[in-house]
Amino acid sequence: MNAIDVRNVVKKFGDFTAVNGITFAVEAGEIFGLLGPNGAGKSTLIRMLTTLLPPTSGTALVNGFNVVTDADGVRKSIGVIPQATTSDLELSVRENLVIYAKLYGVPREKRTRLIHDLLESVQLLQWADKPVKNLSGGMRRRVEIARGLVHEPRVFFLDEPTTGLDPVSRVAVWEMLLKIKSERDLTILLTTHYMDEADKLCDRIAIVDHGELKALDSPMKLKASVPGRNVLEVSFGSEPDAWTRTLEALPDVEGVTGHDHMFRIASRNGPATTMALMETAAQSGVPVHSLSVQSTTLDDVFVHYTGRGLRDALQEPSAQDSPFMLRRK
Amino acid sequence: MHRALAIIERELRRFRRSPTLIVMSMIMPIMQLVVLGYAFGGNVKHLKVGIVDQDHGLPAVKIRELSGAVAAGARTFDTIDYADQGQALADLRNGRINGVLTIPPEFSRRVLERNQPRVALIEDNTDNFASATLVGSMGSMIAALNQPANGPRVAGQATLDVVEVYPYVPYIQYLLPGSIVMSIFMMVMIGGGIIYIDDKSRGLHEGYLVTPITKFELIAGFNVSGTIKAVLSGTTIMVVGSLIAGVPNPFDPMRLLRLELVIIVTAFALISLMFLIMVRVTDPLLPRAIFGVLNTVLYFPSGAVYPQQGFPPWMQAIAVVDPFTYAVHALKNLLLKDTGVGAIGGDLLYLLAFSVIAMTAATLLFKRTL
Repeated sequence: MNAIDVRNVVKKFGDFTAVNGITFAVEAGEIFGLLGPNGAGKSTLIRMLTTLLPPTSGTALVNGFNVVTDADGVRKSIGVIPQATTSDLELSVRENLVIYAKLYGVPREKRTRLIHDLLESVQLLQWADKPVKNLSGGMRRRVEIARGLVHEPRVFFLDEPTTGLDPVSRVAVWEMLLKIKSERDLTILLTTHYMDEADKLCDRIAIVDHGELKALDSPMKLKASVPGRNVLEVSFGSEPDAWTRTLEALPDVEGVTGHDHMFRIASRNGPATTMALMETAAQSGVPVHSLSVQSTTLDDVFVHYTGRGLRDALQEPSAQDSPFMLRRK
Repeated sequence: MHRALAIIERELRRFRRSPTLIVMSMIMPIMQLVVLGYAFGGNVKHLKVGIVDQDHGLPAVKIRELSGAVAAGARTFDTIDYADQGQALADLRNGRINGVLTIPPEFSRRVLERNQPRVALIEDNTDNFASATLVGSMGSMIAALNQPANGPRVAGQATLDVVEVYPYVPYIQYLLPGSIVMSIFMMVMIGGGIIYIDDKSRGLHEGYLVTPITKFELIAGFNVSGTIKAVLSGTTIMVVGSLIAGVPNPFDPMRLLRLELVIIVTAFALISLMFLIMVRVTDPLLPRAIFGVLNTVLYFPSGAVYPQQGFPPWMQAIAVVDPFTYAVHALKNLLLKDTGVGAIGGDLLYLLAFSVIAMTAATLLFKRTL
C-alpha cells in the first residue's frame, strides 16, 4: 500500500485554482520532496493532505485513510510541521512535547520514554526544561520536529522545514531527519524551494508549478532528463571570426552562449567536448584562459521545468501577513 | 475529554508565565474603582459664594450668619462679601466664584411686612453637581430661616420620616460590583479574545487542527480555560475591592460562595459572548479595536455607575440584553444587601440562558478546518 495516494486533486479559492489536478503516489518508507517556486501550490497540497483544507475535487489517501471521509484516521497516523513556528514560546521544550503527546492521546507510561528518546535524537535533551522563546531558530525547528513525532506517526509532513535557517542549522536539521528516518518506519513528505535540500534528502522529487505536476522522478533521473548534462564555462584570449559557430560544431554540444570572451557550452558529454575544444583551440592558435566543467544541478532542472518568469499575482491577504505574525528566525 | 484538558493545561501554564497579562487585567478595574469611587463619591465642599447685601437689616444679617455657619460647619460653601453686585457677577462669569447670593434693598421690610421677601441666587449652572448642591444647601438654609423661633407644640404639617434598610453605602461600594464584572471582562478580552486571535494568526491553531482533537474538545478547551482565568481575576478583584471599599464582613463564607457562583456564571457568559464575536475573526487588530467599544457599550448601561432609571429609552433597551446588567445586579444584591440566592436567581438564569445561546451560535460557526 502506498503511504500517500493523490488522485487528480483540485483546490480552488474562488476563481483562483491553487492546485489543478495533481496525481502522484508516495511509497511507504520514502522521503518525497515537493519542489516548486513560491505560490506553486505546495502548501495548499500539504494542507489538503493533512486535513486542514478540504479538496475541491479528487481524492487523497494517507495511510489508506481518505482525507475527507476519514480525517480522524489520517490525523492519528500523521505528524505535521507547518511552515510557521507553532510551538508555545512561553512553555518549555518538554512541556510543548507533553501537551502534544496528550493531544494525540499517548499513554502516560509511554510518553516519558518517547519524549526522552526524541529529545535525544534532536539533541535538545540539555535544553528540555528551557522556555522555547530562549532557543535559536534552528533549535526551535528541532523542537517542532520532535513534537511532530511524539505520537510515532507513520507519515511525517514538513512544510519548508529549513526556510530561514542558517547553513549550519540547515545541515543539522537534514542530518537529524535522516537519522530519525533510519531509526523508525517512517515516510516523509517535505516541501522546499531549496534544490540542495531536495537533492540531499529526497528519494523522489515532484516539481510543482502553477498548481500542476511538471515532473516526478529521482534527483538523478531528473537531472539526466534536462538537456545538457554538463556545462563548460570557458574564456579565451582572443577569438577568430565565427568562433561561436566553431564551438557549436564540437561533438555533443547542445548550445552555446557567450559574451566578453566568456562562453557557456551545454554538452551531452562533458569530457568528449572538453577534449575536442582544447584540440580545436590549439589548432586555431586561440589561447584558453580558463575552463571549468560543471554537472547539471537541480537548479537547472528546476528552471527547465518551471521557467524563469516571476509568478507575480495578487492573492487574498493571509492572517500570517499580519504585523503580529511571529516570523520564524 | 483528555484532549480538552491538554488545551486547558497549556492555556493555564502560559497564563502563569505571563505576569504582565495578569497584572494589567487586574490593575485597571482596581484603579477605576478607587479613582471613580473617590472622585464621584465625596460630598461637594468649598464652593465659593459671593454675598451682596444691599439691605443690611436684621433678617439680612441673619442670612449672612447662617451662611457663615454653613461655611464653618458643613463647609459646603465659603462666602465672600461683595459691596458691588456688578463685580460679583463679573467674578461669577469669569469662574472665580460658583454663585452670587443677592439680598435686595427691601428684603428686611418685606420680611417684617410678610410681603413675599426674596433673596436671589445667581449661579453657574454649567456644573450640574455643584449647582444642585448649592441650590440644595441654600434651600435648606432659607427653610431654616423661615422656621418660627417657637413652633407649635403639635406640628400641623405632614413630615417625612426616612427609614434606611441598609447601612450607609459609600459610592466606592456602589461601584465595586461593576469593577468586579469589568475585571472579568478585561480577562475575557485580553486573556481570551486577544490571545485566541493572536494564536490563530501565528498559526498555533494549525498545530492543533492536525491532531485528532474534536471540534467540541477544542471549543471546550478554549472556553473552560478562558472561564478559569476570568474567574481568578474576578475573585481577586472581589476580595481586594471589598477590602478597599470597606464592605462589611467581607469574608462571610456563605456569601463568598454565592459571590463565587455569580462570578463563575458571569465569566462563562462573557467568554461565550467573546467566542461568538471572535469565532470567524482572523485579524489580530480587530479584538484590540473593539475592546474599548465593547467595554463602553456593556459597562455604562449596566447600572454599574449610575441608576438605569435615569437612562434614555434606547440605552435602557441595551441594558435589558446586556449581561453586565444582570451580573452587576446580582453582585450588588450580595455585596450591598447580603441577600440569599433567591434574590439573584433571575440574574443567574438570564446569564446561563445568554451563555447557552451565544455558545451554541459560536459552535455552529466554528470551523474545524482553516
